Amino acid sequence: MAKLSKEEVKHVAHLARLAITDEEAEKFADQLGKITDFAQTLNELDTTNVEPTSHVLPIVNVMREDVAQKGLDREVMMQNVKEQVDGQVKVPAILED
Amino acid sequence: MTLFKLSSKELQEGLHNGEFKIADLTNEAFARIENLDNDVQAFLALNKEKATEQAAQMDQVPFEQRGPLFGLPIGVKDNIVTEGLETTCASKILEGFMPIYDATVVKKLREAGMVTVGKLNMDEFAMGSSNENSAYKTTKNPWNLNHVPGGSSGASAASVAAGEVPFSLGSDTGGSIRQPAAYCGVVGMKPTYGRVSRFGLVAFASSLDQIGPITRNVYDNALLLEAIAGVDPSDSTSADVPVPNYASKLNGDIKGLRIAVPKEYLGEGVKEEVKNSVLQALEVLKGLGATVDEVSLPHSKYALAAYYILSSSEASSNLSRFDGIRYGFRAENVKNLMELYKETRAQGFGDEVKRRIMLGTYSLSAGTYDAYYKKAQQARTLIKQDYDKVFENYDVIIGPTAPTAAFEIGANIDDPMTMYANDILTIPINLAGVPAISIPCGFDNGLPLGLQIIGKHFDEETIYRTAYAYEQATDFNTQTPQIWEGK
Repeated sequence: MAKLSKEEVKHVAHLARLAITDEEAEKFADQLGKITDFAQTLNELDTTNVEPTSHVLPIVNVMREDVAQKGLDREVMMQNVKEQVDGQVKVPAILED
Repeated sequence: MTLFKLSSKELQEGLHNGEFKIADLTNEAFARIENLDNDVQAFLALNKEKATEQAAQMDQVPFEQRGPLFGLPIGVKDNIVTEGLETTCASKILEGFMPIYDATVVKKLREAGMVTVGKLNMDEFAMGSSNENSAYKTTKNPWNLNHVPGGSSGASAASVAAGEVPFSLGSDTGGSIRQPAAYCGVVGMKPTYGRVSRFGLVAFASSLDQIGPITRNVYDNALLLEAIAGVDPSDSTSADVPVPNYASKLNGDIKGLRIAVPKEYLGEGVKEEVKNSVLQALEVLKGLGATVDEVSLPHSKYALAAYYILSSSEASSNLSRFDGIRYGFRAENVKNLMELYKETRAQGFGDEVKRRIMLGTYSLSAGTYDAYYKKAQQARTLIKQDYDKVFENYDVIIGPTAPTAAFEIGANIDDPMTMYANDILTIPINLAGVPAISIPCGFDNGLPLGLQIIGKHFDEETIYRTAYAYEQATDFNTQTPQIWEGK
């Protein structure tokens, strides 16, 4: 795998919803390139038939009785919302005219 | 001399004998913070009013109703949510965020009667090894203010080392409790994955994160872990495994203990002084009746690469919730929703967090997933198998916590790869999910060094027994930095 290009970094930043300047893209391309270069050491490993580990412990579904429980009050949940109208979260226009 | 040189046992005796009250302990914490924190820079938010009120009420509770941690002050890392006490993860994106509930561990601290005095600085979202990635301040190492305290729980370790509080909670994803504990000369435990509930811990890498205790001695550490451990219906990955009474098992006897020393842990990149302190510690343990053999963890050298891919991938998903909509910072003067997301995140996150979000996003994208993410998960399997294999024949694995003592502030800040290399001895433990402690084992140029003791899954007990026996036979944990006595 080649080094990350500036354009690739810009694409990844878009996917991650990060605004990025030209200058930043260049800097991150260089730094991320070094990290992905280093990650190539993993290619030395023969991982044929090795199961990937996503969790170290055997994880099982945790079930409980389907009984309604009281949640947090709406007023409390809205406490940290900066802009709100009538108990609803206000955001900028989603569709442009 | 301050009250916080005393152990929890001695503090309880003092309370019992009427030498001081719980209110005095709380006041002492705030007085020391006021006196020392201009230098140490450990605390982000203080809980002065509520803590003072709580302490006064607690002084009325009869002694027979009090547990061993009752009335003792504690600091909490700022990625653990505390109802009504600002929680920022040391990030601008959570500036002013007021949690509306307590993390399970915070609830448990209250049940144990501990008094939360404030929130502790960290690397932003726990990403870093020096506390230099905080959006608010750079915490200093109490042993030498020109050096870093380590990270990401740097302030959790520094506040205990400076005697601002006798206890703190940190979190550890790749060494974030143990490395700062080593750098600051205190005791820090990363429990088995699943031992402590993560409910209310702001997630960085969900398959690796664990909350753990930082203290001045092993006994107090064991008490605090016991208080916060256990299964929790709010965290489906918390393990339903009984929590032993760790502290009661500490008797200094480790005769017949089988210690494994991986040759990879004393190899290239580990400073000579660090190696020597570990070899001396092994002699002490042998003298106490333990046996020591050299072993190999052959996949250790792949841990760092696997860790950065896996933890960054998980982070890129976990941190997508910070979008400026429901809480925290929101960018202004934006035209539409997409721009709101992008500007909020660009202005709210620091560079290291952005780097990792992008690395994670890249690792998970179509075309790179197999080569990066899946490959790293397979490497994780091989690393975990290394540990399983050694633990078939040994009780604990011992090595250094970090390859050097604390480095100077600014030394690695522009070079992510060198910074990451600090965690080379702690990261494999998180990948394997096993528990490990760091305890003081020496000094290099006046800066503390840490001994890392690694145990089997859910066998924190043997780690504590080993650490306690070593601590009883040495005096490193009784030493304090000069700053302790104030200016």
